[in-house]
Amino acid sequence: MKIVVLVKEVPDTYGDRKLNLETGLADRDAGERVLDEIGERSLEVALSYADANAGTEVVVLSMAPEASAATIRKGLAMGAASAVQVVDDALVGADLGLTAEVLAAAVKRTGFDLVITGNQSTDGSGGVIGAMIAEHVGVPHATALSAVEIGETQVSGTRATDAGNARVTAPLPAVISITEALPDARFPNFKGIMAAKKKPFETLSLSDLGVDAGVETTARSIMTAVSEKPPRSAGVKIVDEGDAGEKLAAYLIENRLA
Amino acid sequence: MTDFAADSILVHLDVLPSGELAKSAAGLVGAAASIGTPVALIVAPAEKHEALASAAAALGAPTVLVADLGAGDTALTVPFVDALVAACDLVQPDAVLVSNSIEGRDIAGRFAARTKRALSVDAVGVARDDEGVIAQHSVYGGAYNVSSAPTFGAYVVTVRQGAIDARAEAVASPVVTRLDVTPSGAPAATIDSFEEAVVASSRPELRGAGKVVAGGRGLASAEKFALVEQLADTLGAAIGASRAAVDAGYVPYSYQVGQTGVSVSPQLYVALGISGAIQHKAGMQTAKTIVAINKDGDAPIFEIADFGVVGDLFTVVPQLIAALEAKKA
Ligand SMILES: Cc1cc2nc3c(=O)[nH]c(=O)nc-3n(C[C@H](O)[C@H](O)[C@H](O)COP(=O)(O)OP(=O)(O)OC[C@H]3O[C@@H](n4cnc5c(N)ncnc54)[C@H](O)[C@@H]3O)c2cc1C
Ligand SMILES: Nc1ncnc2c1ncn2[C@@H]1O[C@H](COP(=O)(O)O)[C@@H](O)[C@H]1O
Repeated sequence: MKIVVLVKEVPDTYGDRKLNLETGLADRDAGERVLDEIGERSLEVALSYADANAGTEVVVLSMAPEASAATIRKGLAMGAASAVQVVDDALVGADLGLTAEVLAAAVKRTGFDLVITGNQSTDGSGGVIGAMIAEHVGVPHATALSAVEIGETQVSGTRATDAGNARVTAPLPAVISITEALPDARFPNFKGIMAAKKKPFETLSLSDLGVDAGVETTARSIMTAVSEKPPRSAGVKIVDEGDAGEKLAAYLIENRLA
Repeated sequence: MTDFAADSILVHLDVLPSGELAKSAAGLVGAAASIGTPVALIVAPAEKHEALASAAAALGAPTVLVADLGAGDTALTVPFVDALVAACDLVQPDAVLVSNSIEGRDIAGRFAARTKRALSVDAVGVARDDEGVIAQHSVYGGAYNVSSAPTFGAYVVTVRQGAIDARAEAVASPVVTRLDVTPSGAPAATIDSFEEAVVASSRPELRGAGKVVAGGRGLASAEKFALVEQLADTLGAAIGASRAAVDAGYVPYSYQVGQTGVSVSPQLYVALGISGAIQHKAGMQTAKTIVAINKDGDAPIFEIADFGVVGDLFTVVPQLIAALEAKKA
């Protein structure tokens, strides 16, 4: 079984996240950059299956600028067998369509029985990449899984939507996306970090993948305007002296909120 | 053969397992009407077509396309994508709007990939300029407003649930057309079973709610979370929660407000026992008025609260409820 896990480097959500107001692109220097938590959980799903099933190969795949290699390497330290990074200047500011095309070409090249993605990244929050890749490579998708059972020929899971919980099954090969209801990831240990240095790390360009980033043949989504909203400021703060509930009620009534 | 307006906007409307239109339908048709002529697409079992088409017309769709979904058709997403492809070929719309629900994103993603159209997700508004349809977004937790547009072709846009206030005028006699769909045969997952979520129907839905009362880890247990419900019911508010409250099992994940949960912009947001982590703020800081009760005076939630109470929520909230009920009586 070969499992490809899609991971993404994102700005640390605990820090400042900024958009450049001229280019509309994420300001990479504004804060720390980390492996997206949902990507780590996706990797955990793959690694726990590999722990229990000998002969499982786990590959981490990311489309990211060159400088992100160190972040992607964390996936190797956690236990993935190899990493693939797609790096190309033409991918700066890539929209969802181009991102999906590139990742689809990459998983096809790598080969897979199962692709695992996060349901939504913390920066893009697109939540469509998994389904788009499935369409491109012609396999089923099962997205937003809050529980996953991987079998030899199929993958099943619980899909939590607003309307309720569905049980879904897809024959392999397939693409799934998982939610943060699945367990937190393991930490890389010292042995893992040392071993990661010797693991295969492949870097691919768009020409390796045969993908054309041009805007002539395929419609792309482009940012046309970006503006920053003024930050919110604090209002009144009172310390409860036995009547805060009444004061709050008066505030709500006065402002016609109750 | 129906003629379609040159400024047609194709809207895919989600149908609930119960056979009704999803709540998102009103905003989608409203958004479409604000930039063109809505053409609604409904994919459902044939016996539901008539009722659903009337419902779509009541929301303002003058033209409704209905496509069959066999009762035995348990394929995930693909039948809806196939129908959308057929509808788009027929209508040649200026844009395609889909709900930013889990189902909607899958449909829009596959559709855009298959038909090589530009895709944009989680729009909080749509507009039109000389060059065509524009999608408006609120990103990084509402810190930035961003607009986007396709380089060419009809834009495929998923619209955030509850974000559109515009409503279209009801249409008395819609043109309803049955759509012929050629199955693509694309491999699909199957839905083996479905368990409907139990919802307290008397309470407003979190998305798009005018008022939200949210509880965090400070509620301490699922039993005590009932206090959040009591205040919500007194105010006529929807219920939300922090991730810590969801992780602790006080409420289901669908209640989670924040970066990896629901984004809300209500008139009033009341945060009870929530510290105000940056990921939580990302889902609620665009609320008009924010009220917080927290016993830690240094909790970051106070940095954005219009009215903050430093105190024990288990004493302040019952007093607040009593005062509000007394006013009502
Ligand atoms: C990638 C990522 C995504 C995330 N996404 C989200 C998200 O979508 N939504 C979200 O909410 N979080 C999210 N988080 C988690 C977030 O960082 C916080 O851990 C979480 O919001 C904390 O929840 P809390 O405020 O309820 O708990 P805590 O931070 O533990 O705060 C509890 C608060 O309750 C107060 N309190 C306790 N008892 C009382 C009492 N009796 N009376 C009054 N006050 C009391 C305490 O003073 C404290 O401030 C995410 C984290 C990551 C890394
Ligand atoms: N550039 C990328 N490289 C690798 N995986 C990605 C990339 N962008 C998105 N993904 C995957 O798609 C999921 C959803 O991302 P998003 O569409 O940004 O919400 C992520 O959790 C990743 O698994």
